[in-house]
Amino acid sequence: MRYDAIAIGGSHGSFDVLLRTFGEFSGIELPPIFVAIHIPRGSAPDFVTHFNTRCGCRMLEVEDKQVPMNNSIYLAPGGYHALIERDRSLSLSSDGPVNHAQPSIDVLLESAALAYGNRLLAVLLTGASSDGAAGMERVHALGGTTIVQDPKTAKAPVMPQAAIDRFQPDYLVVPEMLAGTIISLAGETQE
Amino acid sequence: MIDPDVLRIETDLVVAALYQRYGLDFRQYSRASLERRLLGLVEKLHLQHVTDLIPRLLHEPGFVDRMVNGIAVNVTEPFRDPECFSAIRQHVFPVLRTYPYFKIWHAGCASGEEVYSMAILLKEAGLLDRAQIYATDINTDALARARDGIYPVESIARGEKNYLAAGGTGRLADYTLQQYGSARFDSSLRENMVFSQHNVVSDEVFGEMVLVMCRNVLIYFERELQNRVIDLFQRSLVHRGFIALGAKESLQHITGGAAFECLDRPARLYRAI
Repeated sequence: MRYDAIAIGGSHGSFDVLLRTFGEFSGIELPPIFVAIHIPRGSAPDFVTHFNTRCGCRMLEVEDKQVPMNNSIYLAPGGYHALIERDRSLSLSSDGPVNHAQPSIDVLLESAALAYGNRLLAVLLTGASSDGAAGMERVHALGGTTIVQDPKTAKAPVMPQAAIDRFQPDYLVVPEMLAGTIISLAGETQE
Repeated sequence: MIDPDVLRIETDLVVAALYQRYGLDFRQYSRASLERRLLGLVEKLHLQHVTDLIPRLLHEPGFVDRMVNGIAVNVTEPFRDPECFSAIRQHVFPVLRTYPYFKIWHAGCASGEEVYSMAILLKEAGLLDRAQIYATDINTDALARARDGIYPVESIARGEKNYLAAGGTGRLADYTLQQYGSARFDSSLRENMVFSQHNVVSDEVFGEMVLVMCRNVLIYFERELQNRVIDLFQRSLVHRGFIALGAKESLQHITGGAAFECLDRPARLYRAI
C-alpha cells in the first residue's frame, strides 16, 4: 500500500458525506482510517452503531493505547482529542477545546502527520470553523497527501476554504468522488 | 516547518532537563500530547525551538513552575460524566455511611470542579461533615483555581443538567455566590477540603482512602507508568476501597487490575477485592 493511514476531519454537513463514502468501501483493502468530527461528549457509541449499520463498515470508538488495524475506522470520541503516537498507537487527551472543539481535527492531523509523514492520506470536509486547516497544512508540509472537499459543494464552506487559503491541496473533490479518490489512492481490491 | 525526528530529540532533551535538574519525571508521559504542549508553550513564549525552553528551564528562577503548569494541563467541568457520580452515589455512599469518618482523594483534581461536585453530593446525602477530601495536582495554577473555587457562571449553568443526571436534588447555582460573571462555590463545601501539590508519578502514598478519584490522568501516561500509579492507589486505599477513573480509562490492561472488581463499567468504578 502507498499509505499507512488515512485521517479524515469534518464538521457541519460532514456526516452525510461520510455515510456516502464509507458505504462504498466494502470489498476494498484500506489502511486504518481515523475520523475526527465535532460530535458531543458521550455520542460516539451512537455514531459508531449508525455508521456500522448504514455502511457495513467496521467502525470503532478510539480507545487509549489501541493499535490500529487495516480495514477499520476509528472515531474520536466527543469530549476528548484523539492523537497518534510515534509508535502509531492511538491515544486520547482531555486538554480542553482546541479551536472550540474537542475532538479537534488539528490535534488529530498534526499528530498523525508526525507519526506517518508521507505515508498519510488526509481528508478535510465541510464544516463551519477553521479547525483542521493547520493540521492539513502540516500533513502537506511533511509529505502527506491532502484531499479537500470542494467548498462549492460544502454545506459549510468555511473549513475547506480555510485549508485552501493556507496551502494548495493535492486534490479538490466533490462528495460523489471522495470514495473513488480514496480508493484509487490508498485502496487495494481484497483477495 | 517541524521535523518529526528533531522534535522527538528536542522533547527528549527537555524531559531530561526537567528530570535531572528538578526530579520532575515526564519520561513516561504519552509523547503525542507532550509534544503538542511543548510546541504550544514555544509559540506562547514566542520562542523558535522546543530546545529554547532548556536554557530558561535551567537558568531562570521559577520558570520550571510555569513550564509544568503549561504542560500538565487537564480541563474538567462540574459533574463531568454524571454517570460516574451517580454510580458513586449508588455503590460508594452506602459504604461511606458505615464510617464515622472517611477520606476521599481526588488525584489530579485539575481546576477542581469535580471536587466541588463530590462535596455537593456528599452534602445532599448528609455525609459531608464526616468527609475529609484531599485534592491534589502537579499543576499549581490549577490547584490555586481549585482552592478558590471560582468559575465562570456559564460553566455552572452548563453543569446543571449533569448535576441532575448525577442525582442532584436542588440547583447547582444555589451552591454558588454569583457576581460579575463569576460563581464561587459556597465556603461550607470547602471546609473539609485539603488542597496540596502532589505528583502521582513520583510522590508517595496518601493513606487510608475509601475512594480515589483519578479521572483523565492515566490517558496521559504510558502503560508502565499507569501500572505504577494504580499500584500507588492500591496502597493508598483502605480494605475494599474504591477507584473511579475517567470515561475512557480502565484497569483492564493494567498489572494489578486483577485486584479490583468492576462495579459499573460505563462509570469506570472499581472496588478492591
